[in-house]
Amino acid sequence: MLRYILSRLGQSLILLLIVSFIGFAVLTLAPGGPLSQFALSPGMTQEQIDKIAEQMGLNRPLWVQYIDWFTHMITGDWGTSYRDGQPVLHVIGSHLFATLLLMGTATTLSVSIGSSIGILSAIRRGSLFDTTMTIAAMIALSIPTFWFGLIAIYIFSLNLGWLPAGNMYNIGDQSVLDYLRHLILPASVLALVDVAIWSRYMRTSTLNVINQDFVRTARAKGLSSRRVLLKHIVGNSLVPMITLAGLQVPMVLGGALVTETVFTWPGMGRLFLDSLGYSDYPVVMGLLMASALLVLIGNLAADLLIAQIDPRVRLD
Amino acid sequence: MTSAPLTSPVRRPLIQSRALRRFLSHRLALIGVIMVLSLTLACFIGPHLLPYDELHIDLRARFAPPGTGGHIFGTDPLGRDIAARLFHAGQISMAVGFAVMIIATAFGSVVGVISGYYGGRVSAVLMRIVDAFLSFPSVFLLLALAAFIQPSPVMIALIISATSWMEVARIVEAEVKSLRNQDFVQAAHMLGLSGRWIMFRELLPNAIGPIIVAASLTVARAILLEAYISFLGYGIQPPLPSWGNMLNGAQQYLASAPWLAIVPGVAITIAVTGFNFIGDGLRDAFDSRSGGR
Repeated sequence: MLRYILSRLGQSLILLLIVSFIGFAVLTLAPGGPLSQFALSPGMTQEQIDKIAEQMGLNRPLWVQYIDWFTHMITGDWGTSYRDGQPVLHVIGSHLFATLLLMGTATTLSVSIGSSIGILSAIRRGSLFDTTMTIAAMIALSIPTFWFGLIAIYIFSLNLGWLPAGNMYNIGDQSVLDYLRHLILPASVLALVDVAIWSRYMRTSTLNVINQDFVRTARAKGLSSRRVLLKHIVGNSLVPMITLAGLQVPMVLGGALVTETVFTWPGMGRLFLDSLGYSDYPVVMGLLMASALLVLIGNLAADLLIAQIDPRVRLD
Repeated sequence: MTSAPLTSPVRRPLIQSRALRRFLSHRLALIGVIMVLSLTLACFIGPHLLPYDELHIDLRARFAPPGTGGHIFGTDPLGRDIAARLFHAGQISMAVGFAVMIIATAFGSVVGVISGYYGGRVSAVLMRIVDAFLSFPSVFLLLALAAFIQPSPVMIALIISATSWMEVARIVEAEVKSLRNQDFVQAAHMLGLSGRWIMFRELLPNAIGPIIVAASLTVARAILLEAYISFLGYGIQPPLPSWGNMLNGAQQYLASAPWLAIVPGVAITIAVTGFNFIGDGLRDAFDSRSGGR
């Protein structure tokens, strides 16, 4: 097990290195680049711009800049925001909780609803329910998340007036109930696509398990079909879903960005868009790295959990 | 001495193939084809049948609800006809979708076939790069790219491709790896054919099924991604309409003019659903294992 953990950890670090280089190269080589900000202000001479470039170390070769930036990054110095002079890590940290809360709630919703639909579809394979859910899932996958958010606001906030249309809490009323009321719409909107994906994969996974020998044995032993379903099928078909949960992190994170925009949710997605608007390179870069880091951690955690549950994996 | 003509395994033309027959008997796929075809026809013929063109501004007719004054889908805050804009936008959004399909599929296939054919260190490096690109949420990477370039439709298609080629690369790599040791490839080696010939004339054509499936799903994905970034203001720029940028700004008029948000969103959903249905049908058609589900 230890060997498996170490080798997976090593792979993740190599990946982090490549990821950070791609992210760095994309932002540094982009036309305009960090200096375009200053070039726009009137009265700036080329000399002054060159001087700023020199002060910021932007006239050095790309790989020197990258190594410099990377060594700072792994020691926890992610630079300072151009916008308000705060350390980047601090800025990201103050937005992290809102995003994780949104993602966590949405994932809980989609895992529970999606898995239930998937299991039901699998045991009633070919039924009207199964067919309807197959088509519904494909349509759900085709609806743009942000548009679904707009429609949800139109129906549940503007017409029915049941739920707030945005923000994370009402000023002056920051009770748990108030947070919950604000959380329901964005979390459900974000969960929709994932419910579809989970139900599809859970259906396939359950079908695979149903045809295995140990299920036939359990049936042959005379266990009731409910017991077989709950004790033997559900647990085993959930195992591959752990990998899926890890692989879904980038999608949920991307969806959170768009959902946060529509619902003015104060998380990393909104911060990313605001920072783009201000050409706040250090924060944009930091968020790109933070999101990739979340994805890598998600995948690593999923793989280790699988190895813990299923010994066949770590012997590979 | 000239080498003997190569007889390759009999490959039936696509038109007579079992895959095509299976695709045509897939009901959902046919519905998808109909959805995509009718939307395409509407986008290209529609503008000629409407009384207004997409740039005609009429401030007296601002926010006209659908069905009034000859505006079947109503008008926008500048009094422009939404139907005319929607059809014009559809041409652009679908063109972007198809461009991404071609660029991303071609690039992904090349990466995949090289990685699968050479294996070893080449494959390790290429596939780690694929993994790295997959580690970014694509919307983040896309916005970071889009914010700093001149957002012409061509550039938008290029950057969406830059975040969409990885799936194809993975699929082709796996396919080529499994084909690499088969007899016909060994035979090609013994005939002294070049690596490039074997990769692109022997291996790639045999992986065509999964590539076509991935390509159809890539169109759906590209239309969605274009809508995302245009909605956020970093995609196709006005006055050029796209389905995404028609939704940009719709949120502030949600209470007074909901059709601004509803109409383009429905168009996007129809287009993307159509391509997803087609992709599903193609998958069943090419994959005999899932044929009888």
